[in-house]
Amino acid sequence: MNHAPLPAWADIGLLPLLNILAALVVSGLIIAAIGEDPFRAMAVLFQGAFLTSNGLGYTLYYTTNFIFTGLAVAVAFHAAMFNIGGEGQAYLGGLGAGVAVLMADSFLPGLLLIPFAVIFSALFGAAWAFIPGWLQAKRGSHIVITTIMFNFIAASLMVSLLAGPLMREGQGAPETRPFAEAAQMPYMHEMLGALGIVVPRSPLNLSLLIALAVAALVWFIIWRTRFGYALRAMGASPGAAEYAGMNTVRITVLALLFSGGLAGLMASNAVLGEPHKLVLNFTGGYGFTGIAVALMGRNHPVGIILAALLFGALTQGGTELDFEFQTITRETVQVVQGLIILFSGALAYLFAPMVARLIAPFTAKKGAPA
Amino acid sequence: MSDFLFQLVLTLDATLRVATPLILCGMAGILSERSGVIDIGLEGKMLAGAFSAAAVAHLTGSPWAGLFAAVMTAVLLAALHGFACITARGNQVISGLAINILASALTVTIGIALFRRGGATPSLTAEERLPVVDLPLAETLAGVPLIGDLYSEILSGHRILVYVALLAVPLTAFLLYRTRFGLRLRAVGESPEAVDSAGISVHLMRYKAVLLAGVFCGLAGAYLSIAHGGEFGREMSAGKGYIALAAVIFGKWRPVPTLFACLLFGFLGAAADRLQGREIPFIGAAPTDLMIALPYILTVVLLAGFIGKATPPRDIGVPYPKGK
Repeated sequence: MNHAPLPAWADIGLLPLLNILAALVVSGLIIAAIGEDPFRAMAVLFQGAFLTSNGLGYTLYYTTNFIFTGLAVAVAFHAAMFNIGGEGQAYLGGLGAGVAVLMADSFLPGLLLIPFAVIFSALFGAAWAFIPGWLQAKRGSHIVITTIMFNFIAASLMVSLLAGPLMREGQGAPETRPFAEAAQMPYMHEMLGALGIVVPRSPLNLSLLIALAVAALVWFIIWRTRFGYALRAMGASPGAAEYAGMNTVRITVLALLFSGGLAGLMASNAVLGEPHKLVLNFTGGYGFTGIAVALMGRNHPVGIILAALLFGALTQGGTELDFEFQTITRETVQVVQGLIILFSGALAYLFAPMVARLIAPFTAKKGAPA
Repeated sequence: MSDFLFQLVLTLDATLRVATPLILCGMAGILSERSGVIDIGLEGKMLAGAFSAAAVAHLTGSPWAGLFAAVMTAVLLAALHGFACITARGNQVISGLAINILASALTVTIGIALFRRGGATPSLTAEERLPVVDLPLAETLAGVPLIGDLYSEILSGHRILVYVALLAVPLTAFLLYRTRFGLRLRAVGESPEAVDSAGISVHLMRYKAVLLAGVFCGLAGAYLSIAHGGEFGREMSAGKGYIALAAVIFGKWRPVPTLFACLLFGFLGAAADRLQGREIPFIGAAPTDLMIALPYILTVVLLAGFIGKATPPRDIGVPYPKGK
């Protein structure tokens, strides 16, 4: 892949678009192959995600999950670490939120209870990332493998807790009792309704605003603080960072705690926001898809918000496709997501040489000597 | 006591069946990773293989056609992984992840389009499944105490792929340590520059290793759906590819130790199945959730360097630039 470095607009604009386009073309071919009309599917998906009465609310609800998990992956990426443990960390974040609410929802008012539960979700998520982070920093155990293992350990732990001490008394289902009303994240339609703006009911809640604020905070920490600088320096060159006197062990562990905490925050949406109880597998793959979100968003909060919106729309549009078509299901939309991960992640620079050749005549003229 | 012995024999018998896909995927993982290509896509290749095996066995009526289809499907996904990791020099972990997600979603999508059974294939008849093999003299030895139990009850009477898996281990060991191909394969994982300067193509060697890994994953998939089971069900690989990956690390990327790790993990799985909901004397309810998590916990402990040291191939995960 010997090509000239691409100009910024091509690298962060054109290339990702080409990658999505490639993923969509292949998806279209697959949909045609199973005997459905890809163009109609696309139209239904778009309509279901944005234009139906509460479709947009659902899209933004899913988007919120993806913003949290995408930011989690991106923070670790900046420190040159690949945290695939978002799924487990989000799961444990749910445990944190759940434990906080179950302990305190009988006496704390919502104004105190909700922040308390949100902080607990971040703390538990961070704690679950601590051991992999510490092992990476101190013992050189590869973070990819340890976080994969921790996802499975989290799954077993949650099954035994939800089917054991946390299970609702007198019930057979592995889930906690419903939370008290004070612990429920305020719905967007209720908040806007109080201001006189009428929007359709949907699970969209205050967490979206928390996610956007957290995205801004991540931007500030990564690009405007001493810690963020150290984190990026270590990511770019661990040797140089160490030589410059930075404590790489400390930075590694802190970066992973930061990342795990962000993943844990997903529970503020997916536990406190909608089901209002802790259920099995509420993470539903958002942790994994967060990797794709971070990749597509080029690890920048603005890019991540846009990519999260795309994946949120795919998720919501996918449920609509499930209704409309016989052979297209939610799994078909997962095929699209998988292809996007493939093209914009693993094959990210597949089209780079081609783009470089195509735009060479235009870029060369500017700086070329006469 | 004889009840305990009987239970033990049943559990060991089940251990071998549970361990078979782990062993096949484990050998796949060793081949790919020793050549320097991370393979977290074992799970997806196995799942896709399982689907193809059951679908083709049902449509053609021949388990052998199913087996062939499973291998071809897994090799195709392996080729995609190879292209992304070797030629396009993409991120190997992301490529594996994409393959897992694609396999999980595509099998259900195509399954629904073909059979309209919510992603499952129709149940296979006995003729559509791979045959059971009775080892020679199994009948004669059955009466002999201990040896008879071991041989006829535990070793004999499994589906043919169980024996293929057991043979795959010495085969992989021989290939890796006793052939020129194996020497080169290990060399491209440790020190690709040396192989390159000897005039051997690093890319070609890695492709061969990755495709061979695909063959083993395909066999593992076929075992799930047309040997051990008699149909394909959605997500039927259920994390076994990841357990195999843990076993590869636990076995320090070597065939025989990996075999023992697979048998240990298989035993934990089989025992957890048998003990579900039962009481153990002095302990109380069987800690089956812990037993299911134990392979992962043990692997983390090993990686932490508390029981021996697991050192991966030096250049694992590093793409090699062509024509440097």
